[in-house]
Amino acid sequence: MDLKTLTYIAVFGSFGVYFAIAWWARAGTTSEFYAAGGGVGPLANGMAIGADWMSAASFISMAGLIAFLGYGGSVFLMGWTGGYVLLAMCLAPYLRKHGKFTVPEFIGDRYYSKAARIVAVGCLIIASLTYVIGQMKGVGVAFSRFLEVDYGLGLGIGMGVVWVYAVLGGMKGITYTQIAQYVVLIFAYTVPAVFISLHLTGNPIPQLGLGSTMADGSGIYLLDKLDLVVTDLGFKEYTTDKLGSGINMFAYTLSLMVGTAGLPHVIMRFFTVPSVKAARASAGYALVFIALLYTVAPAVGAMARLNLMSTIEPSPGQYLVYEERPQWFKDWENTGLLKFEDKNGDGKIQYTADKEKNEMVKIDRDIMVLANPAIANLPNWVIALVAAGGLAAALSTAAGLLLAISSSISHDLMKGVLTPNLSEKNELLSSRIIMTIAILVAGYLGLNPPGFAAGTVALAFGLAASSIFPALMMGIFSKKISGTAAVAGMCAGIGITMLYVFQHKGIMFIPGTAFLGDMEPNWFLGISPNAFGIVGAIINFSVAFLVCKITGPAPAEIQQLVENFRTPKGAGAAHSH
Amino acid sequence: MTTEKLTYWQRNLRLIAKCLIIWFVVSYGFGLLLVEPLNTIRLGGYKLGFWFAQQGSIYVFIALVFYYARAMNKLDEEFDVQE
Repeated sequence: MDLKTLTYIAVFGSFGVYFAIAWWARAGTTSEFYAAGGGVGPLANGMAIGADWMSAASFISMAGLIAFLGYGGSVFLMGWTGGYVLLAMCLAPYLRKHGKFTVPEFIGDRYYSKAARIVAVGCLIIASLTYVIGQMKGVGVAFSRFLEVDYGLGLGIGMGVVWVYAVLGGMKGITYTQIAQYVVLIFAYTVPAVFISLHLTGNPIPQLGLGSTMADGSGIYLLDKLDLVVTDLGFKEYTTDKLGSGINMFAYTLSLMVGTAGLPHVIMRFFTVPSVKAARASAGYALVFIALLYTVAPAVGAMARLNLMSTIEPSPGQYLVYEERPQWFKDWENTGLLKFEDKNGDGKIQYTADKEKNEMVKIDRDIMVLANPAIANLPNWVIALVAAGGLAAALSTAAGLLLAISSSISHDLMKGVLTPNLSEKNELLSSRIIMTIAILVAGYLGLNPPGFAAGTVALAFGLAASSIFPALMMGIFSKKISGTAAVAGMCAGIGITMLYVFQHKGIMFIPGTAFLGDMEPNWFLGISPNAFGIVGAIINFSVAFLVCKITGPAPAEIQQLVENFRTPKGAGAAHSH
Repeated sequence: MTTEKLTYWQRNLRLIAKCLIIWFVVSYGFGLLLVEPLNTIRLGGYKLGFWFAQQGSIYVFIALVFYYARAMNKLDEEFDVQE
């Protein structure tokens, strides 16, 4: 069968499975819609968190980033996994014990303040919406490249699929669909990696293959060979190349970790388990399922880079003749993501770090995972699988984010503040309507990405790190922090982070509006805008403590509330009052 | 707050602190700050610092989360606050 037919089968076959699950897991109550009825086991929840968490960025972009950043790419590996340690110990058990449906609801209760709840809703929507645009773009790109349909049509199909299972099933439908999506995406990610590792090193386990010797009989270690090949061409050594300064890597990793722990669509998955004990365990399972992809990604990155290099320059000084380039090279040239320019007119491809002589004028990082199976000459069904996996990763994350947005509007803003008399039936209906609107808005933004589309995912982490994470931490670990202090802290944290990003990247990322210029000498302590979330978080903590010192501590009944959610005894299923 | 509840919370905090120190050492310590000296040691084809940054720290994170969950379940029972 040809590649296109196989891809259609893989993609629409997986959609069929998601629809069947959605029909089986329809939500009938608000408890099912917001928290899957509170009956999801820790293992199942761990898998759902895995799919919820691993987005188009993890599946498609991360290995490509690592391939070209080398050691510097470690910030994503540690940052996007280390946050789960914080989540498991400092947030999830207590939030689950408190037993409400949404993150802003917890903040509203703990800080006895509708204002705090509304500010939290604002932070949540800003962080989640910026994140969801990236997913929608991923869906459109995957469709247009693999199925050769128009980008807009692909986006529309993706929106339709999410609409069916997210609006019908709410959290319940999303949870069970995410379990299926996890299986699809992890299978699609590891199968090509196993083949490539086996081919290059003779070891089928990519994590071990990366530390093994080459299978070509030379006896040289794969990473040493890669270091040699890249430095020969003038690039920096793969295993030691830093991402900016040491302090930038430190701040970047910390921002991603803290941002991970503060992203509401992940936190709210912990409201779906039946007990505090299950919340602690599901954080562990989630990390195992995430690590399955995250420990394979560095192998995929390094091996893809090596394969790319040895295709272009099979042995030192012997360059690939352009007319003899392989089929995948031509395919990706057609998309404009790979570009060759014969600068010296010899008809051969010279790839080097020297900008004057380099003839590979464009290699988009995102193609590394998508083109990897073809570069390694893997069979067509593997390529088809990668398409279905990329879509599963983007759709599962988009659904989780859309639920976080719609529940914070229908439950926190409408039921909580504006129209408290809303009946359960009407609340359920309104969350479905809001979810539909949210999907349309996300689709529109995916189709007409504002200037900031490229920076969105990293920005979402900075925003969550500087606003929601500190508010939750102080709410749990201090009994004294008051509502006024928390509101001041959240506003200061998210405000300064947005200001820093905008002053270097442009207001709403519109080029030319950056008032300090996107230049390293202007960076605070050499910290890049993407890594600034942790500074915002520190400012949030400091402002809150200062305001609390001046205006006085939280009242006694709140201190009682905090004591109550610090011990597991008496946790029922998540409820609304 | 009763003394019993206070002791329970302090034991929890001590456990978290212990875990977070290890969390910090393997990622920020071995993976970032001490990466250069550690890179002189080899683990097969891996430089050790590089291995901690791209593999080792993640394995330790998993172990920490499961260790914490088990230790807390025991603590819950000891203080009779389990569900």
